[in-house]
Amino acid sequence: MRVKIFVLLKNGVLDPQGNAIERSLHSIGYEEVHDVRVGKYLELDVDAPSRAAAELRVREMCDKLLANTVIEDYRFEISPES
Amino acid sequence: MRWGVIIFPGSCDDQDVFDSLKIDLRQKVKFLWHKDELAGNYDCIVLPGGFSYGDYLRCGAMARFSPIMQGVVKFARSGGLVLGICNGFQILCESGLLPGALVRNTGLQFVCQQVHLRVEETDTPFTGAVKKGQLLKMPVKHGDGCYYADPQTLERLHRNRQILLRYVDPKGRATTAANPNGSLENIAGLCNEKRNVFGLMPHPEVACSRLLGSEDGAKIFSSIAAARTDRAKSHG
Repeated sequence: MRVKIFVLLKNGVLDPQGNAIERSLHSIGYEEVHDVRVGKYLELDVDAPSRAAAELRVREMCDKLLANTVIEDYRFEISPES
Repeated sequence: MRWGVIIFPGSCDDQDVFDSLKIDLRQKVKFLWHKDELAGNYDCIVLPGGFSYGDYLRCGAMARFSPIMQGVVKFARSGGLVLGICNGFQILCESGLLPGALVRNTGLQFVCQQVHLRVEETDTPFTGAVKKGQLLKMPVKHGDGCYYADPQTLERLHRNRQILLRYVDPKGRATTAANPNGSLENIAGLCNEKRNVFGLMPHPEVACSRLLGSEDGAKIFSSIAAARTDRAKSHG
Protein backbone atom coordinates (compact mmCIF):
# COMPACT_ATOMS: atom_id res chain seq x y z
CA MET A 1 0.00 0.00 0.00
CA ARG A 2 1.14 3.54 -0.76
CA VAL A 3 1.28 5.91 2.19
CA LYS A 4 1.47 9.69 1.99
CA ILE A 5 2.55 11.35 5.23
CA PHE A 6 2.32 15.06 6.03
CA VAL A 7 4.29 16.50 8.95
CA LEU A 8 3.72 20.09 10.06
CA LEU A 9 4.91 22.20 12.98
CA LYS A 10 2.24 22.52 15.66
CA ASN A 11 0.28 25.71 16.03
CA GLY A 12 2.15 27.84 18.52
CA VAL A 13 5.58 26.62 17.42
CA LEU A 14 7.30 29.45 15.60
CA ASP A 15 7.89 28.70 11.91
CA PRO A 16 10.61 31.09 10.73
CA GLN A 17 10.75 29.51 7.26
CA GLY A 18 7.00 30.00 6.86
CA ASN A 19 7.33 33.62 7.97
CA ALA A 20 10.14 34.29 5.50
CA ILE A 21 8.15 32.75 2.65
CA GLU A 22 5.08 34.76 3.61
CA ARG A 23 7.09 38.01 3.53
CA SER A 24 8.53 37.00 0.20
CA LEU A 25 5.08 36.31 -1.26
CA HIS A 26 3.88 39.70 0.00
CA SER A 27 6.84 41.42 -1.61
CA ILE A 28 6.00 39.99 -5.05
CA GLY A 29 2.37 41.06 -4.86
CA TYR A 30 0.49 38.27 -3.09
CA GLU A 31 -0.70 40.36 -0.15
CA GLU A 32 -3.72 38.09 0.36
CA VAL A 33 -1.48 35.31 1.78
CA HIS A 34 -1.48 34.61 5.54
CA ASP A 35 -0.22 31.96 7.92
CA VAL A 36 2.33 30.13 5.73
CA ARG A 37 3.56 26.91 7.33
CA VAL A 38 6.39 24.77 5.99
CA GLY A 39 6.36 21.03 6.64
CA LYS A 40 7.57 17.71 5.35
CA TYR A 41 5.94 15.34 2.91
CA LEU A 42 6.92 11.67 2.84
CA GLU A 43 5.75 8.82 0.61
CA LEU A 44 6.39 5.18 1.25
CA ASP A 45 5.23 1.67 0.31
CA VAL A 46 4.23 -0.61 3.11
CA ASP A 47 3.39 -4.32 3.06
CA ALA A 48 0.34 -5.01 5.21
CA PRO A 49 -2.50 -7.56 5.22
CA SER A 50 -5.13 -4.84 5.59
CA ARG A 51 -5.62 -1.12 5.60
CA ALA A 52 -6.23 -1.13 9.36
CA ALA A 53 -2.99 -3.02 9.97
CA ALA A 54 -1.07 -0.55 7.80
CA GLU A 55 -2.64 2.36 9.67
CA LEU A 56 -1.52 0.97 13.00
CA ARG A 57 2.06 0.50 11.81
CA VAL A 58 2.28 3.90 10.13
CA ARG A 59 0.95 5.65 13.23
CA GLU A 60 3.69 3.91 15.24
CA MET A 61 6.38 4.97 12.74
CA CYS A 62 5.21 8.56 12.92
CA ASP A 63 5.16 8.63 16.72
CA LYS A 64 8.58 6.98 17.02
CA LEU A 65 10.60 8.55 14.23
CA LEU A 66 8.93 10.41 11.37
CA ALA A 67 7.48 13.21 13.52
CA ASN A 68 8.57 14.69 16.82
CA THR A 69 5.22 15.12 18.55
CA VAL A 70 6.70 17.69 20.94
CA ILE A 71 6.78 20.16 18.04
CA GLU A 72 5.01 18.51 15.10
CA ASP A 73 1.59 17.16 14.10
CA TYR A 74 1.16 14.57 11.37
CA ARG A 75 -1.55 13.02 9.24
CA PHE A 76 -1.43 10.40 6.55
CA GLU A 77 -3.38 8.90 3.65
CA ILE A 78 -3.24 5.27 2.59
CA SER A 79 -4.14 4.12 -0.90
CA PRO A 80 -4.23 0.46 -2.01
CA GLU A 81 -2.23 0.86 -5.22
CA SER A 82 1.55 1.04 -4.99
CA MET B 1 36.74 9.83 36.95
CA ARG B 2 36.16 7.99 33.66
CA TRP B 3 34.63 9.72 30.66
CA GLY B 4 33.18 8.17 27.51
CA VAL B 5 32.72 10.21 24.33
CA ILE B 6 30.32 8.74 21.78
CA ILE B 7 31.12 8.90 18.07
CA PHE B 8 28.03 8.92 15.86
CA PRO B 9 28.32 8.94 12.07
CA GLY B 10 28.61 12.69 11.41
CA SER B 11 29.88 13.71 14.87
CA CYS B 12 32.52 16.37 14.38
CA ASP B 13 33.35 17.67 17.87
CA ASP B 14 34.21 14.25 19.35
CA GLN B 15 37.97 14.83 19.04
CA ASP B 16 37.73 18.33 20.57
CA VAL B 17 35.85 16.95 23.58
CA PHE B 18 38.38 14.13 23.90
CA ASP B 19 41.37 16.50 23.70
CA SER B 20 40.02 19.09 26.10
CA LEU B 21 39.25 16.40 28.68
CA LYS B 22 42.57 14.61 28.21
CA ILE B 23 44.97 17.49 27.67
CA ASP B 24 43.38 20.48 29.42
CA LEU B 25 41.67 18.65 32.27
CA ARG B 26 43.90 15.56 32.52
CA GLN B 27 40.98 13.15 32.68
CA LYS B 28 40.67 9.51 31.62
CA VAL B 29 38.71 9.46 28.37
CA LYS B 30 37.63 6.78 25.92
CA PHE B 31 35.85 6.97 22.61
CA LEU B 32 32.67 4.92 22.29
CA TRP B 33 31.34 3.74 18.93
CA HIS B 34 27.62 4.27 18.25
CA LYS B 35 27.13 0.69 17.03
CA ASP B 36 28.56 -0.88 20.19
CA GLU B 37 26.73 -1.55 23.39
CA LEU B 38 27.60 0.64 26.34
CA ALA B 39 29.96 -1.57 28.33
CA GLY B 40 32.46 -0.73 31.05
CA ASN B 41 32.41 1.65 33.96
CA TYR B 42 31.95 5.31 33.20
CA ASP B 43 31.16 8.28 35.39
CA CYS B 44 30.09 10.59 32.59
CA ILE B 45 29.01 9.93 29.00
CA VAL B 46 29.36 12.82 26.55
CA LEU B 47 27.31 13.13 23.36
CA PRO B 48 29.37 15.56 21.26
CA GLY B 49 28.33 18.08 18.65
CA GLY B 50 28.19 17.55 14.93
CA PHE B 51 25.67 16.45 12.35
CA SER B 52 24.81 12.87 13.28
CA TYR B 53 23.20 11.05 10.35
CA GLY B 54 23.54 14.23 8.31
CA ASP B 55 20.80 15.90 10.40
CA TYR B 56 18.38 14.06 8.09
CA LEU B 57 14.68 14.23 9.02
CA ARG B 58 15.39 16.23 12.22
CA CYS B 59 18.60 16.91 14.14
CA GLY B 60 19.25 13.96 16.43
CA ALA B 61 16.20 12.00 15.26
CA MET B 62 18.13 9.00 13.98
CA ALA B 63 21.08 9.01 16.38
CA ARG B 64 18.53 8.40 19.08
CA PHE B 65 18.07 4.87 17.68
CA SER B 66 21.81 4.06 17.55
CA PRO B 67 22.51 0.81 19.43
CA ILE B 68 24.57 2.60 22.10
CA MET B 69 21.67 4.89 23.03
CA GLN B 70 19.74 2.09 24.75
CA GLY B 71 22.67 1.76 27.13
CA VAL B 72 22.88 5.54 27.57
CA VAL B 73 19.18 5.71 28.52
CA LYS B 74 19.69 2.91 31.08
CA PHE B 75 22.85 4.61 32.37
CA ALA B 76 20.96 7.88 32.81
CA ARG B 77 17.98 6.19 34.51
CA SER B 78 20.37 4.62 37.03
CA GLY B 79 21.82 8.03 37.89
CA GLY B 80 24.88 8.15 35.60
CA LEU B 81 25.94 11.60 34.37
CA VAL B 82 25.15 12.38 30.73
CA LEU B 83 26.28 15.56 28.98
CA GLY B 84 24.96 16.51 25.54
CA ILE B 85 26.63 19.34 23.66
CA CYS B 86 24.91 20.94 20.63
CA ASN B 87 23.91 17.95 18.46
CA GLY B 88 24.25 15.90 21.65
CA PHE B 89 21.64 18.17 23.29
CA GLN B 90 19.35 17.62 20.29
CA ILE B 91 19.79 13.84 20.60
CA LEU B 92 18.96 13.96 24.33
CA CYS B 93 15.74 15.88 23.57
CA GLU B 94 14.81 13.48 20.77
CA SER B 95 15.41 10.49 23.03
CA GLY B 96 13.19 11.91 25.76
CA LEU B 97 15.99 12.22 28.34
CA LEU B 98 15.46 15.99 28.29
CA PRO B 99 12.15 17.83 27.77
CA GLY B 100 11.33 20.07 24.81
CA ALA B 101 12.94 20.30 21.39
CA LEU B 102 15.49 22.30 19.39
CA VAL B 103 14.22 23.82 16.16
CA ARG B 104 15.54 26.04 13.35
CA ASN B 105 17.12 29.32 14.55
CA THR B 106 14.55 32.11 14.23
CA GLY B 107 16.98 34.10 12.06
CA LEU B 108 17.25 31.08 9.71
CA GLN B 109 21.02 31.55 9.68
CA PHE B 110 23.70 29.25 11.00
CA VAL B 111 25.20 31.15 13.95
CA CYS B 112 28.89 30.91 14.77
CA GLN B 113 30.00 33.34 17.48
CA GLN B 114 31.11 33.79 21.07
CA VAL B 115 28.24 34.12 23.54
CA HIS B 116 27.91 35.03 27.19
CA LEU B 117 26.02 32.66 29.43
CA ARG B 118 24.60 33.28 32.89
CA VAL B 119 24.68 30.36 35.29
CA GLU B 120 21.16 30.10 36.77
CA GLU B 121 21.48 27.12 39.11
CA THR B 122 24.51 25.63 40.81
CA ASP B 123 23.07 22.67 42.73
CA THR B 124 23.85 20.27 39.89
CA PRO B 125 26.90 18.13 39.07
CA PHE B 126 27.42 20.25 35.94
CA THR B 127 27.54 23.70 37.49
CA GLY B 128 28.64 22.96 41.07
CA ALA B 129 32.03 24.66 40.73
CA VAL B 130 30.51 27.91 39.44
CA LYS B 131 28.78 30.73 41.31
CA LYS B 132 25.12 31.48 40.71
CA GLY B 133 24.82 34.41 38.32
CA GLN B 134 28.40 34.00 37.11
CA LEU B 135 28.99 34.72 33.42
CA LEU B 136 30.74 32.22 31.17
CA LYS B 137 32.05 32.92 27.67
CA MET B 138 32.07 30.21 25.04
CA PRO B 139 31.15 29.78 21.37
CA VAL B 140 27.98 28.55 19.70
CA LYS B 141 27.89 27.09 16.18
CA HIS B 142 24.55 25.71 15.05
CA GLY B 143 21.60 26.12 12.70
CA ASP B 144 18.96 24.44 14.85
CA GLY B 145 19.44 25.71 18.39
CA CYS B 146 16.16 27.44 19.13
CA TYR B 147 14.83 25.82 22.29
CA TYR B 148 11.10 25.19 22.38
CA ALA B 149 8.85 23.68 25.03
CA ASP B 150 5.08 23.93 25.51
CA PRO B 151 3.82 26.15 28.37
CA GLN B 152 3.23 23.21 30.77
CA THR B 153 6.76 21.90 30.21
CA LEU B 154 8.21 25.38 30.65
CA GLU B 155 6.31 25.72 33.91
CA ARG B 156 7.83 22.44 35.12
CA LEU B 157 11.31 23.62 34.14
CA HIS B 158 10.80 26.68 36.33
CA ARG B 159 9.31 24.80 39.25
CA ASN B 160 12.16 22.27 39.31
CA ARG B 161 14.82 24.88 38.53
CA GLN B 162 16.04 22.92 35.51
CA ILE B 163 17.18 25.90 33.42
CA LEU B 164 20.94 26.04 34.07
CA LEU B 165 22.23 28.49 31.43
CA ARG B 166 20.78 31.53 29.66
CA TYR B 167 22.17 33.62 26.81
CA VAL B 168 22.92 37.10 28.15
CA ASP B 169 24.73 40.26 27.11
CA PRO B 170 28.20 41.04 28.57
CA LYS B 171 26.44 42.73 31.51
CA GLY B 172 24.45 39.61 32.31
CA ARG B 173 21.07 40.73 30.99
CA ALA B 174 18.95 38.17 29.11
CA THR B 175 17.97 40.48 26.26
CA THR B 176 16.54 39.62 22.84
CA ALA B 177 19.71 40.91 21.20
CA ALA B 178 21.81 38.52 23.30
CA ASN B 179 19.74 35.53 22.15
CA PRO B 180 21.54 34.07 19.11
CA ASN B 181 18.83 31.65 17.97
CA GLY B 182 15.46 32.77 19.36
CA SER B 183 15.39 30.22 22.19
CA LEU B 184 12.46 30.47 24.56
CA GLU B 185 13.44 32.67 27.54
CA ASN B 186 17.05 32.75 26.26
CA ILE B 187 17.51 29.12 27.38
CA ALA B 188 20.97 27.83 26.44
CA GLY B 189 21.14 24.73 28.65
CA LEU B 190 18.94 22.67 30.94
CA CYS B 191 18.93 19.48 32.99
CA ASN B 192 16.40 16.76 33.72
CA GLU B 193 14.44 16.57 36.97
CA LYS B 194 16.94 14.19 38.55
CA ARG B 195 19.71 16.64 37.64
CA ASN B 196 22.02 14.00 36.15
CA VAL B 197 21.41 14.73 32.43
CA PHE B 198 22.49 18.10 31.03
CA GLY B 199 22.18 19.49 27.51
CA LEU B 200 23.55 22.78 26.18
CA MET B 201 23.96 24.34 22.75
CA PRO B 202 27.24 26.23 23.45
CA HIS B 203 30.56 24.39 23.26
CA PRO B 204 32.56 24.14 26.50
CA GLU B 205 35.09 21.84 24.80
CA VAL B 206 36.45 24.64 22.63
CA ALA B 207 36.69 27.03 25.57
CA CYS B 208 39.15 25.18 27.78
CA SER B 209 42.40 26.97 27.02
CA ARG B 210 43.53 30.56 26.85
CA LEU B 211 44.79 29.93 23.34
CA LEU B 212 41.18 29.52 22.19
CA GLY B 213 39.96 32.74 23.79
CA SER B 214 38.27 31.37 26.91
CA GLU B 215 38.83 28.86 29.67
CA ASP B 216 35.26 29.07 30.95
CA GLY B 217 34.21 25.79 29.34
CA ALA B 218 36.59 23.97 31.65
CA LYS B 219 34.39 25.08 34.57
CA ILE B 220 31.62 22.81 33.33
CA PHE B 221 33.96 19.82 33.00
CA SER B 222 35.70 20.46 36.32
CA SER B 223 32.29 20.80 38.04
CA ILE B 224 31.48 17.30 36.79
CA ALA B 225 34.83 15.91 37.87
CA ALA B 226 34.51 17.51 41.33
CA ALA B 227 30.94 16.20 41.76
CA ARG B 228 32.04 12.66 40.99
CA THR B 229 35.06 12.86 43.31
CA ASP B 230 32.84 14.12 46.16
CA ARG B 231 30.41 11.29 45.59
CA ALA B 232 33.19 8.71 45.58
CA LYS B 233 34.43 10.10 48.90
CA SER B 234 31.02 10.14 50.57
CA HIS B 235 30.41 6.59 49.40
CA GLY B 236 33.64 5.61 51.10
